Amino acid sequence: MFPAAFDYRAPVSLDEALGLLAEQGDAAKVMAGGQSLIPLLRLRFAQPALVIDIGRLPSMAEITRDDGHIRIGALVRHVDIERSTELAKHLPLMVEAVHWIADPLVRNRGTVVGSVCHADPSGDWGSIMLALNADVVAQSKKGERVIPVDGFFEGPFTTTLRPDEVVTAIRIPLPSGHAGGSYHKLERKVGDFATVAVSVQVELEGRKVTRAGIGLTAVSATNIKAKKAEQALIGRELTDDVIAEAGRLAAEAAEPKDDIRGTAAYKKDVVRVFVQRGLRAALARAQEVKA
Amino acid sequence: MKVTMRVNGAERSGDVEPRVLLVDFLRTNLRQTGTHIGCDTTSCGACTVLLDGEPVKSCTVLAVQVEGRGIITVEGLAEGANLSPMQAGFHEEHGLQCGFCTPGMMLVGTALLKRNPNPTEDEIRWAISGNICRCTGYMNIVKAIQHAAKAQAKVPAGAAAAGGQ
Repeated sequence: MFPAAFDYRAPVSLDEALGLLAEQGDAAKVMAGGQSLIPLLRLRFAQPALVIDIGRLPSMAEITRDDGHIRIGALVRHVDIERSTELAKHLPLMVEAVHWIADPLVRNRGTVVGSVCHADPSGDWGSIMLALNADVVAQSKKGERVIPVDGFFEGPFTTTLRPDEVVTAIRIPLPSGHAGGSYHKLERKVGDFATVAVSVQVELEGRKVTRAGIGLTAVSATNIKAKKAEQALIGRELTDDVIAEAGRLAAEAAEPKDDIRGTAAYKKDVVRVFVQRGLRAALARAQEVKA
Repeated sequence: MKVTMRVNGAERSGDVEPRVLLVDFLRTNLRQTGTHIGCDTTSCGACTVLLDGEPVKSCTVLAVQVEGRGIITVEGLAEGANLSPMQAGFHEEHGLQCGFCTPGMMLVGTALLKRNPNPTEDEIRWAISGNICRCTGYMNIVKAIQHAAKAQAKVPAGAAAAGGQ
């Protein structure tokens, strides 16, 4: 299969990339690792006039710490997350989740930021970033815009990114104190999209939850944040009852559809179970962490 | 667009449309047909090549993205007239039946042993999890990679490092 014809540019500076986007806007598609875009081009679901390959932009392939945040540059690949000792220490949720994303060969090319911008409702990173309360850093000729991931997804494969903007990084607040997270994903085989997946992140003070994040994959028109379930955890101890209630509320927030991977009712119940398992795993990890 | 890359150590150029996939550039422009086209949907791994040493699916890379970079295909595995340890492993352990997935499997195995010379069976199985064998001959593929790991451990470091740049 061949994509429809397009022009190709590989800018070597961010300014050059922003100039191209300012001129071409909606007619252009930005490509980082290409692991979502190239399949779309091949199937001709996407037929942009111009592909802007940002793969050669300098200093975007780094995971850095600044100002209470971990910053994931636009060219950080899934495999870089697997190998990051920094993330294994501070955000083990990401390192656990990455093994469940696509397959090892795709992880060698695909990027975290590209995956979030692709906004596939079955994508994994979107729900992880919702659980971690991350921000997207968007750049255009007019300047920088920091967009909370909560609100970034508008619909399937649609975000609030403007046509002249490119995402340069994702910023994740560093957990303070006792924190833990986990990712549970049901997939039929390696490389399949999730039937259901659930990201959970909690921070504790003593035994009480101070911050909670729950992101859901493949159960709505976008990755969603189970806010009522999160709220039900704040200020509480993670007892069996509290965990069960959060599972119930998250399942209520899910709006899955019947498809070849399962019925809507089944998927809702998987959300309930995964939220409970996720919270127990996150709690165990948070209690291991020495503040 | 003109594109130049190193393929199995030799500089190769071509004039391609931007939409040409790396696998088609290798097979059609360079006549290197050891890299197979299987699913054409980023699922099967038959088109696996090493891009700067790391296995990727060449049906999901544009040829123009590889400008100035290095590719190793299955044609680049042999060491002169001798099989590489990975190729010898597939030969000795009957690691192939129809052979269609074999180039990808051997390249993934080669890259794995470079990073992790003594992988566990579990690590091997995860490493090949993006490559599908339609004959379902996974048992012997795993054995073949284990065979190569053992063979490499017996020779001095460096001498068996196939698949480098």
